[in-house]
Amino acid sequence: MVSPSTMKIVRESGAVPGSEFVLEVSEVRKEFPGVVALDNVKFQLRRGTVHALMGENGAGKSTLMKIIAGIYTPDSGTFKLRGVDIRLKSPLDALENGIAMIHQELNLMGPMTVAENIWIRREPKNRFGLIDHAAMRRNTEDLFKRLNIDIDPMVEVGTLSVANRQMVEIAKAVSFNSDVLIMDEPTSALTEKEVAHLFSIIRALRTEGKGIIYITHKMNELFEIADEFSVFRDGKYIATKPSSSVTRDDIIRMMVGREITQMFPKETVPIGNVKLAVKGLGLKGVFQDVSFEVREGEILGIAGLVGSGRSNIAETIFGVSPASAGSIEIDGKPVNIKNPAIAMKHGIAFLTEDRKETGCFLLLDIQDNTQMAVLQSRYVNYGFVQQKQLSTDSEEMAQTLRVRTPDMQEPIMNLSGGNQQKVLIARWLLTRPRILILDEPTRGIDVGAKAEIHKLVSQLAGQGVAVIMISSEMPEVLGMSDRIMVVHEGRVTGFLDRKDADQVKIMELASH
Amino acid sequence: MTDTSQDSGKSLTGLTKVKRWPPEVSILLVLLGIVLVFEVLGWIFVGQSFVANKQRLSIIVLQVAVTGIIAIGVTQVIITAGVDLSSGSMVGFIAMVVASFAQVATNERAVFLSQGWVDLNPIWAIMVGLALGAALGWLNGFIIAKTKIPPFIATLGMMVSARGLAKWYTLGQPVALLTDSFTWFGHSFPVLGFPVPRPVIVFLIVAVIFHILLTYTRYGKFTYAIGANPQAARVSGINIGNHLIKVYTVAGLLSGLAAVMTAARAESAQPGMGVGYELDAIASCVIGGTSLAGGVGRITGTFIGTIILGVVTSGFTFLQVGAYYQEIVKGIIIVAAVVIDQYRQNKRRKSA
Repeated sequence: MVSPSTMKIVRESGAVPGSEFVLEVSEVRKEFPGVVALDNVKFQLRRGTVHALMGENGAGKSTLMKIIAGIYTPDSGTFKLRGVDIRLKSPLDALENGIAMIHQELNLMGPMTVAENIWIRREPKNRFGLIDHAAMRRNTEDLFKRLNIDIDPMVEVGTLSVANRQMVEIAKAVSFNSDVLIMDEPTSALTEKEVAHLFSIIRALRTEGKGIIYITHKMNELFEIADEFSVFRDGKYIATKPSSSVTRDDIIRMMVGREITQMFPKETVPIGNVKLAVKGLGLKGVFQDVSFEVREGEILGIAGLVGSGRSNIAETIFGVSPASAGSIEIDGKPVNIKNPAIAMKHGIAFLTEDRKETGCFLLLDIQDNTQMAVLQSRYVNYGFVQQKQLSTDSEEMAQTLRVRTPDMQEPIMNLSGGNQQKVLIARWLLTRPRILILDEPTRGIDVGAKAEIHKLVSQLAGQGVAVIMISSEMPEVLGMSDRIMVVHEGRVTGFLDRKDADQVKIMELASH
Repeated sequence: MTDTSQDSGKSLTGLTKVKRWPPEVSILLVLLGIVLVFEVLGWIFVGQSFVANKQRLSIIVLQVAVTGIIAIGVTQVIITAGVDLSSGSMVGFIAMVVASFAQVATNERAVFLSQGWVDLNPIWAIMVGLALGAALGWLNGFIIAKTKIPPFIATLGMMVSARGLAKWYTLGQPVALLTDSFTWFGHSFPVLGFPVPRPVIVFLIVAVIFHILLTYTRYGKFTYAIGANPQAARVSGINIGNHLIKVYTVAGLLSGLAAVMTAARAESAQPGMGVGYELDAIASCVIGGTSLAGGVGRITGTFIGTIILGVVTSGFTFLQVGAYYQEIVKGIIIVAAVVIDQYRQNKRRKSA
């Protein structure tokens, strides 16, 4: 074993021990209370390649990456960085050894400038030992030029879009001269154009000889950017293969260990009366003149780029940010939805886009998370919660949705993203909604859970529920929707019927 | 609806269950440890038992009864990620008003000149105290809900103003000579040879009621939800503003009750009453495992936390440790409790 400081000297001297792999880990084991997160896992990263990690939620990808980035300490396992044994003690230790991780949840300080965020703790100093802002700015500009990023180094990070913040994170990681870059679902909040830019940066980094680990759930990204991929399942290593050698179905089979015959099974169900009609709906400065209808049993897909106003439309219908213009009718009667409680009284349920921010009560257990919405309307007698009945029904719902947990008293933060999402869906299904609004229902969710959720939504439509589904994933929108409404810059740019909708038509309407 | 008698204990997906101790167990152990230390030191330095003394036990519970009642109200405030700094001052002001409604009618220096009056039934004084507490609490909640200023600031303002009101009410004069029927509430009565002060009974009843309220009612569930994630609570249809007003009103109501008990026990009231009670109450909550970040906390924990503070105070007196040292150590205990609380939280976060 070599200490990090020795490693650093060795690195700087240029006498790097030759090895085909920049990073090799093997026999890694990590347990959390009640769960074996990683069981004898191995992973090898070649120089100058993009290596994708695939697996369902809870497969252990994120845990492995957090171990590689020094955030978690493994229970056992061997690590070789550039052919030399090493043991990382902290994220800082990892950074100094050339391993940088770009997190799914971005870790930047909003009120500070881009340059300050990138060089924090490493600020260039002038001769008085004070921070040299001019040098910091120049360094940032040089870095951005190299990566072809166009952001003013002196603006506050808080004012940047999610995509630009992501670029700053990447630039920061690169600024450490890291040899290993870990990206955890970097494209989940990006538009197609931004994704293209990101990929060009990744390709540039690859030609510089860096090893890039790329976690994703999106199959098409795998084929576009990755040279190799490794599959994990239930905390176990399954296989590593070149991405040119396999098909989409092969990968899905490896990930789930079973065949998924149809990924998007919207069944044809009888379409009923108009349930929800929105007329000329507007929210000042965000979107305007939105009109559409949803019928019982129908799934209306809403497509559009991130930031097009599609999520805002959903929030307005649910009363989170009440409309400034237009009207909403339910069953032909006009309703005034001023807050979410009123929306719920009218039988609307709203699964929000951001699981962590507006969905989960992370400190509370699964039971509390499941029941919080239904307490508005049912299971309460003279203020007292009918806990026995409610627990039974909640648990049944959790079982139907196949939430993977030892019991309902488990804190929800111990669940994987996909399982958290299922709990949130259970929360809304308990309210027996007649209108169900889903905003990115399967973002960051593994293939198996995805198919389950799609089947469920389809069944709900079969029971006469009117469904509105917002999604960034084309196959999901195309597969699930009876009709698709496309939004661009706060306006509805068109409707497409299921039979004549395709990816190209949607993209044309979405980017005008 | 399904049969409730089904086996709800079985694992959802066959994963092994993790055994969890209730969080109070560790705090209870701390309490027992502290008692044990005092017991041993007592035999060594004072030559008598710390625990086996009816008088002392009675004093311990009496001392903490008033701050305990406040701490219960503050617990639910802290669970919403708020804080109430005004309870001590409210006790001061409300005790003055309550006492003025409980004075002997023949008293020449009564606040309300009462020629021709008879002694008021104590129920009036109590009602006035509770109503005034609820009203001031409501004002706290209303300001927090409508202006969205931090609860720290809103209740800090109330803390300063209520203390001013307490002094203004009689221009600094104490209110004395209260009716026997009123001071009855502050006295003890014997149970199996133990002198049990009535404020202690009130504290116990309030603790049980609020344990039920926070654990088994919608009010309680929403309180936790708001503290755990206000945005998610809003999207779940919870009217956060209205609920916060309720929570602060209830906290004020309990401050009113504490004021009644204080005045009855002291058989008088003066403007300086209740100074520092709010901090003792907050300390009790925090020692009992309530997180200042919101979403976490239980009445059972606060109850034990209150007893711990009482035992420490009483134990130092028992060991004849000077009052100055007592305060120094009390401060250390409060900080240590928060450090432990944060450590616990970090550990929980890491296991996620």
